[in-house]
Amino acid sequence: MTKQHANWSPYDNNGGSCVAIAGADYCVIAADTRMSTGYNILTRDYSKISQLTDKSVMASSGFQADVKALQKVLSARHLIYQHQHNKQMSCPAMAQLLSNTLYYKRFFPYYAFNVLGGLDNEGKGCVFTYDAVGSYERVGYSAQGSGSTLIMPFLDNQLKSPSPLLLPAKDAVTPLSETEAVDLVKTVFASATERDIYTGDKLEIVILNASGIRREYMDLRRD
Amino acid sequence: MFRNQYDTDVTTWSPAGRLFQVEYAMEAVKQGSAAIGLRSKTHVVLACVNKANSELSSHQKKIFKVDNHIGVAIAGLTADGRVLSRYMRSECINYNYTYESLLPVGRLVVQLADKAQVCTQRSWKRPYGVGLLVAGLDESGAHLYYNCPSGNYFEYQAFAIGSRSQAAKTYLERRFENFMSSSREDLIKDALIATRESLQGEKLRSSVCTVAVVGVGEAFHILDQETVQQLIDTFEIVKEEEAPPAEPQPATEQDAAAEQASGADQGGAAGDQGGSPMDI
Repeated sequence: MTKQHANWSPYDNNGGSCVAIAGADYCVIAADTRMSTGYNILTRDYSKISQLTDKSVMASSGFQADVKALQKVLSARHLIYQHQHNKQMSCPAMAQLLSNTLYYKRFFPYYAFNVLGGLDNEGKGCVFTYDAVGSYERVGYSAQGSGSTLIMPFLDNQLKSPSPLLLPAKDAVTPLSETEAVDLVKTVFASATERDIYTGDKLEIVILNASGIRREYMDLRRD
Repeated sequence: MFRNQYDTDVTTWSPAGRLFQVEYAMEAVKQGSAAIGLRSKTHVVLACVNKANSELSSHQKKIFKVDNHIGVAIAGLTADGRVLSRYMRSECINYNYTYESLLPVGRLVVQLADKAQVCTQRSWKRPYGVGLLVAGLDESGAHLYYNCPSGNYFEYQAFAIGSRSQAAKTYLERRFENFMSSSREDLIKDALIATRESLQGEKLRSSVCTVAVVGVGEAFHILDQETVQQLIDTFEIVKEEEAPPAEPQPATEQDAAAEQASGADQGGAAGDQGGSPMDI
């Protein structure tokens, strides 16, 4: 007797890709603005990026209804934190909060693939990458979403140290300047757009540094 | 003032139809240090007198930011006030989460009043011993409400609560007709003068008072001590006090400058100038 399976799923995948790269004193977070369902496009102009605090920005791909709910929960929790501590949350603190929030729904997860970028307490760029249930790690760069399998190897090639056997030991992250990082992001999305049908339309880039926050946009292929 | 027979329980009526415990709670409000509120069409200003237990301690926080559009000044049992502020903050966050818009002030005060009423009808509770001046801005304009321990609330053009508030109220009664059309600066000036009235003789310095403003295009925030001292000096409120011949006046200015320095020190020591999002 085979188990009867649901003829309805509470989840949907709205596609899209997200990337974040950390620098010495900046952080770049980027995501495309296409929202799809199945083989259709719902809209070409939907932001997957949310600014949680002055110093943390989250980009999430996956099921956008869950992403929206997640953003609202984090935003409300941040307000409570501010009431209690009289200051904003640091990026590492927000990273832990995001992890806990995701694991809280371990048995009915948020279908959200997140990448959190920002500046840590010392002003250095930091990127945290997550799975749907809250497992996270601080890294120098990361990609999530439908184009992540295309993007990540390229970032590894450009940013990762060539070999652990090389002497002298190199940094895990090549010291890119802010402009170089932004250019890299643009290149990476242009490439992902070519082969991933769910990535395209427009690219939204958010740059966080000591002087504050900046936004840039770039058109991508619309097919 | 002894009404011993019927005042043990909050759930006991007196033959005259009074709940003495509730009235005693209102007395607690009158014992607290003064809090003043005034509003115009576009702004609401809250001011309060800071009373420290001793010179060694910091003064109690009496003004709380509840949300960007609402703030509250309390008089009475400040611990009760803190708990109610936390409740108000939580309500604003939850409302904003559900409706993605700002909680209308009128709704918040009703919820607060209902919460206070519960404590007047349970034998295992006691009324909150704090009066709240709720200042807020919403779609229907600028509002100032007073919530009492009894569970009643009223909207006011201007009001003062706490000890020696009658002096402030008298001043406000003389001037309130102009408030609706007042500018922000005039409103703050009137708040400071009303605060001075309730100080009754003590010099008005930024170290003894706290001022907060909310208005159209201006989120609720507490003014920092330097700004308040400058306003006091600008409005020449200190000079308005009876100074005999002209001679003491330069001395008063020096005093004010010295006061400002010590006021800033006290403020730093008290640690409430943190540049925090919830205070300033």
